[in-house]
Amino acid sequence: MTGEIVLETRNLSRHFGGVVAVDRVNFTLWDNELRCLIGPNGAGKSTFFKCLTGQLSPSEGDVVIRDFHAGGRQPHEVSRLGVGIKTQVPNVFDGLSAEENIWLAARRWQSAKRAKVVTDQTIERLMLGDIRKDHVGVLAHGQRQWVELGMVVAAEPWLVLLDEPTAGMTQEEVVRTAELIREINETATIIVVEHDMQFIRMIANRVTVFHEGKILIEDSMDKVSQDKRVREVYLGHRQK
Amino acid sequence: MIRSREVRWSLVAGAIGIIFLFAAPQVFELFAIINLTTVLALAILALSLGLVWGYGGILCFGQTTFFGLGAYAYTIAAINIGETTGPIFIAIFVAAAFAAILGYFIFYGRVSDVYLAVITLTVTLIFYSLLRRTSGPEYKIGNALLGGFNGVTSPPLNVPGDPSNILFPEHVFYVAMAALILAYFFCVWLTRTHFGRVMVAIRENELRAELLGYDIRLYKLALFAIGGGIAGMAGVLFANGIGRVTPDIFNLYNTALTIIWVIVGGRGTLIGPILGAIALFYLISGLGTQATVNNNLVLGIVLIVFVLLVPRGIVPGVIGIWDRTQARSKLLRKEKRLRRRRTTRQPEPEAANDG
Amino acid sequence: MDLAIALALQVIYGIANLVLVSLGLAIIFGMMRVINLAHGEFIMLGGYTVVVSTNHGVNLWFAMFILAPVVVGLIGVIVERVLIRFLYGRMVDTLLATWGLSLLFIGLITTIFGAQTATTISAPLGPVPIGDYTTSGYELFLIFIAIVLSVLVYIGLKFTKLGLVARGTMQAADMASALGVSTSKVYAITFGLGAAVSGFAGALLAPITGVLPTIGATYIAKAFITVISGGAAILAGTTSASVLLGGINGIVSFGIGPTMGEVALLVVAIILLRLMPRGITGRFFRKSS
Repeated sequence: MTGEIVLETRNLSRHFGGVVAVDRVNFTLWDNELRCLIGPNGAGKSTFFKCLTGQLSPSEGDVVIRDFHAGGRQPHEVSRLGVGIKTQVPNVFDGLSAEENIWLAARRWQSAKRAKVVTDQTIERLMLGDIRKDHVGVLAHGQRQWVELGMVVAAEPWLVLLDEPTAGMTQEEVVRTAELIREINETATIIVVEHDMQFIRMIANRVTVFHEGKILIEDSMDKVSQDKRVREVYLGHRQK
Repeated sequence: MIRSREVRWSLVAGAIGIIFLFAAPQVFELFAIINLTTVLALAILALSLGLVWGYGGILCFGQTTFFGLGAYAYTIAAINIGETTGPIFIAIFVAAAFAAILGYFIFYGRVSDVYLAVITLTVTLIFYSLLRRTSGPEYKIGNALLGGFNGVTSPPLNVPGDPSNILFPEHVFYVAMAALILAYFFCVWLTRTHFGRVMVAIRENELRAELLGYDIRLYKLALFAIGGGIAGMAGVLFANGIGRVTPDIFNLYNTALTIIWVIVGGRGTLIGPILGAIALFYLISGLGTQATVNNNLVLGIVLIVFVLLVPRGIVPGVIGIWDRTQARSKLLRKEKRLRRRRTTRQPEPEAANDG
Repeated sequence: MDLAIALALQVIYGIANLVLVSLGLAIIFGMMRVINLAHGEFIMLGGYTVVVSTNHGVNLWFAMFILAPVVVGLIGVIVERVLIRFLYGRMVDTLLATWGLSLLFIGLITTIFGAQTATTISAPLGPVPIGDYTTSGYELFLIFIAIVLSVLVYIGLKFTKLGLVARGTMQAADMASALGVSTSKVYAITFGLGAAVSGFAGALLAPITGVLPTIGATYIAKAFITVISGGAAILAGTTSASVLLGGINGIVSFGIGPTMGEVALLVVAIILLRLMPRGITGRFFRKSS
């Protein structure tokens, strides 16, 4: 790979009691990448994600974002670096309108005047105009996901971490989300954690496969999908 | 649109308050005026909890801690200094500072709301039991004897800069009423600032607020300290209304009362808790004149009934009903207009049908 | 030497006292995640049961060991059926409703018996000499009872069918009801047992403290500090916190005075909270709302 390293983990581990969810992972992310993390259920990718965002502190090892040691820091400290984060379960402000949700994201970094402009732009860009005055609590699951994506975008981050951004979306929404993610990638480095292989094919160029808390393989999507071990891992778990 | 309505209503409330400020001394007798000062002090206390709990989602069961500390700090400082203007600020500072210290342990320890409720309640009760034991002559701060369960006599407010010029009860009432109006508009303003909106966001979803980069511990701590300061100011007025402070200010009954005001008035509004405090004060003093029904009994029933049946409180409930009837009457008017239009236009469609 | 023994007994009594006043709260909280703000009033009702029944000629020991737990336990079951069961999963509302209940009990007892204590009962069992010092036989007896009660709770949780079923129900209510366990019955019985233990504690303490309608408030702060500092495990939490807090309280009280003893207890509890907020309480309070 080329360019500057913007995020890396060094021997990152996370235990829950006796269970090792993430096992000494060394992960490197370069500038302007759009990286997908995949893996079967229980592979440790969500735990890994939570260690990156400060929602969990690592049991061992460290997370370095640019020059900042982010391991064991609070989520707001990670966010403060200019990192936009979308969690697996939509975390939105249910009692507030979609507009206010996005305004709160924009206002964190911008002056009052500029925040208003950014909010309007974001609403237009994500086509949330119809629901801008609605309480987010009453919206459909997919719409809530989009409001949350709007909050990520409105903060104008240079690094974006997305945990299962298409969960609960219709096919059409998934396609639009893929477009949005590629668009965000023009100005930001992105990590996407996903289940949905179809969606990953739409966006991926480089993929990291997690299995049993470790990185199994890291390569282009074509290579990964042809890899024998990856197939075994997935087939072994695909008995739904 | 909703927000502009809020502003309109708060202006109406403020106007009523100002009219009352000037009218009350003309209408009421002196005793009622002295009583009113106490009621206003309690209303400010209710407001402070309405801000902290209703807007910040911080379930503080010990708001009387800061209220009582304010009252004690004012009294002790006034006895030692010999005038009362400085002590007002000392009282507000002591209450806010204690809230900040307690808040540091609570919010930076990241304890949950239920835990917070129990801790703050416990702190109040400990102040109660500690101060009751201070009856000996060795318990004094400067010249002020703490006096155990008898408490300390509070010096009345004087004109700033002129300690010999003591305010009359009706003047103290003016001060209290002005303090309530100012505190109310301060809170309305605060909830509309960026800070206030972040507080509501934190109430709605802590994790999301953190992921947006807001340090929720700091925000909560700040709101808690502000609420503590307002409660401390209420304590100063309370000491003036009653004329003395006793450990009873920290007792379980008063603590329960503050919670009930906010529950009855409504969380998420600022005027609700104020009205709740005033209404319950007069309900209780009405009950106090007869001996058969105990205050605790009534308060207990009120609390249970509201939690089970009117969990949002009266003011939000009334607003909800108002909105629904408004919406319905709007709909009716619309329908009527449509029907009228249809009747006037009736010939046309028939003509069209004919054709 | 005699002084050391007398002091040690005093500290141990302080610890036993904390165990007694906290255990009922810990059972209800630990098993049902309900923080019962009427806990102090359950203790108060236990005290009144003893005072009223002995005034009517009932044997003191019978009133303490049988009547008080049974009466307060039944009140607990009724409370669970008519109030608490509507509020499961809503911790804040439960907190508020039990506070209402607390006020209701205070008001009710004040209305019936008046605001002051009617008669006090003197502590049975005379003083026991330790060398040059004497200690209260009744306090020794309470230490003994606190130990026995702790062991009984342990056995009850660990080995009885009810304990097993209760733990199962609290862990996964739907699973238990799928297995044919009546969950509502288990909740009611658990709440009743917690109340009975509180009532028993109130009965035991009545000869020492007397009874007042508002006496619950004096227990509730200590009980909450103990249970919160203790954290998740009902018995291990309560006893360990009692030993730590009661020990510090006892030693400081002896050294400086009872007021400072209480301050020390509070300060230690708050520092404990800052140092191990998750270690002690994490699992219980974090996900509540």
